[in-house]
Amino acid sequence: MPRSTELSLGDAVAEHVHDGDTVALEGFTHLIPFAAGHEIIRQGRRDLTVVRMTPDVIYDQLIGMGCVERLVFSYGGNPGVGSLHRMRDAVENAWPRPLELVEHSHAGLANAYVAGASRLPFAALRGYAGTDLEHGGAVAFVECPFTGQRLSAVRAVNPDVSVIHAQQADRAGNVMLWGLTGVQKEAVLAADRSIVTVEEIVDELEPRPHAVVLPSWVVTAICPVPGGAWPSYAHDYSKRDNVFYGEWDAISRDRDTFRAWMDEHVMAASAVGGDR
Amino acid sequence: MSENGAPTPEEMMTIAAAREVKDRQVLLVGVGPPNAAANLARRLHAPDAVLVYESGAIEAKPARLPLSIGDDDLAETAAELVSVPEMFNYWVGAGRIDVGFLGAAQLDRHANINTTVIGDYAHPKVRLPGAGGAPEIAASSREVIILLRQSKRSFVEKLDFTTSIGFGAGPGERERLGFTGAGPTVVITDLGILRPSPDDQELELVAIHPGVEVDQVREATGWPLRIREPLERTDPPSEQELSTLRELRAAAGRQA
Repeated sequence: MPRSTELSLGDAVAEHVHDGDTVALEGFTHLIPFAAGHEIIRQGRRDLTVVRMTPDVIYDQLIGMGCVERLVFSYGGNPGVGSLHRMRDAVENAWPRPLELVEHSHAGLANAYVAGASRLPFAALRGYAGTDLEHGGAVAFVECPFTGQRLSAVRAVNPDVSVIHAQQADRAGNVMLWGLTGVQKEAVLAADRSIVTVEEIVDELEPRPHAVVLPSWVVTAICPVPGGAWPSYAHDYSKRDNVFYGEWDAISRDRDTFRAWMDEHVMAASAVGGDR
Repeated sequence: MSENGAPTPEEMMTIAAAREVKDRQVLLVGVGPPNAAANLARRLHAPDAVLVYESGAIEAKPARLPLSIGDDDLAETAAELVSVPEMFNYWVGAGRIDVGFLGAAQLDRHANINTTVIGDYAHPKVRLPGAGGAPEIAASSREVIILLRQSKRSFVEKLDFTTSIGFGAGPGERERLGFTGAGPTVVITDLGILRPSPDDQELELVAIHPGVEVDQVREATGWPLRIREPLERTDPPSEQELSTLRELRAAAGRQA
């Protein structure tokens, strides 16, 4: 079995994220891999299909910087604040380029990752029926072979590369994350390749409640990036920067203000460590 | 909104929603007014209400109102943390939620919800956040409480997009779709309270909040609104309800 390799974030993105790839940067509010997203923007990737349950500020940035052709998602808002203005501008005005949407519910996209991780073609769930979401092409209906029940089916998601942020990796290349662990295990196991940025590399992983451990043989690259989840957070390492999430509303509302912020805080920064 | 001032319409809406919560119920809570209502109920008459956040926090006991459903305070105080697929499959989809709170940008007379777009889907006037957890919360929670501000823009004859089902076209539709939950039992707005008619599941105005006139509610509704007689008047917020809500929000540092 191949083991994970420790790389700089710049090298990991250069090697594993290509133009036109399907890329999933996951982390449900917690542990969002912002630094990795910024590196993808700095390296100028184009025509990406990006998958994420909650696009959040990170995909607002990728979309606004023109990296994205297609967005697969289930909730495109700034949680507790309001709109994602760059995503809205792309959908409503095709700026900076048209954005194709593949739209799910949370249950649907979570299960699409489960199917992907299981290497099954689809997952079944209750829901979607009667809604306009069923007409988007990502959903179909199947009959249960045992009971005859009509269930909705979602096509599996299998990204070319999934990117997550975790608290720790050990020297052998195993990864551990804890707290709210979202859909990261499924995203990594559904993908061909994976990049994991970590707060720190430790000699040995200590067992913890609610932890997810990804053994080194299911992870492609590990990059030490302390603070790499800001303005999201890493449980036991940092707090969610709710003030910044609020500030993003004004920064992102205007195209020029957005570009100026990105130029100063992302484009001018280096890939070493977090951005702030 | 002064400290001792009269309740705002939005505070009245939140307090009326909190009153709907019964002790020991399992509540699935999103951000915004539902979050405030559920946490308010826990501090008043429903101390053992169980808060579930779709981020994976079960039995969360946040000391302050979280801004997002994934705030660290939720993870630190939860009895159990689960993955998002587990949350939607084992807990929401399996019907373990008593009350799901939902908001809406548009609502129709059968309590169907739009949170996706205003205007045409391909060329929307306003792109809204989308479905999130709502379609399955609406399908599988034992009952649903909907909170939204009432206006002709939000209470519409026809939704621009159906994101989540209330009662579909009416009686029998939820059963036909295979949904296990009872659907929306109440819609609480800044003007009053609506409940589905036992006959045909169309929403009827059952109560108006203090200071609100029936005509005002009619004018804020995009279809000919039915009034259930005798129409009730919502009790004004008590001193305790109002001060507790305001303390919760002040501690959160911003409107949550």
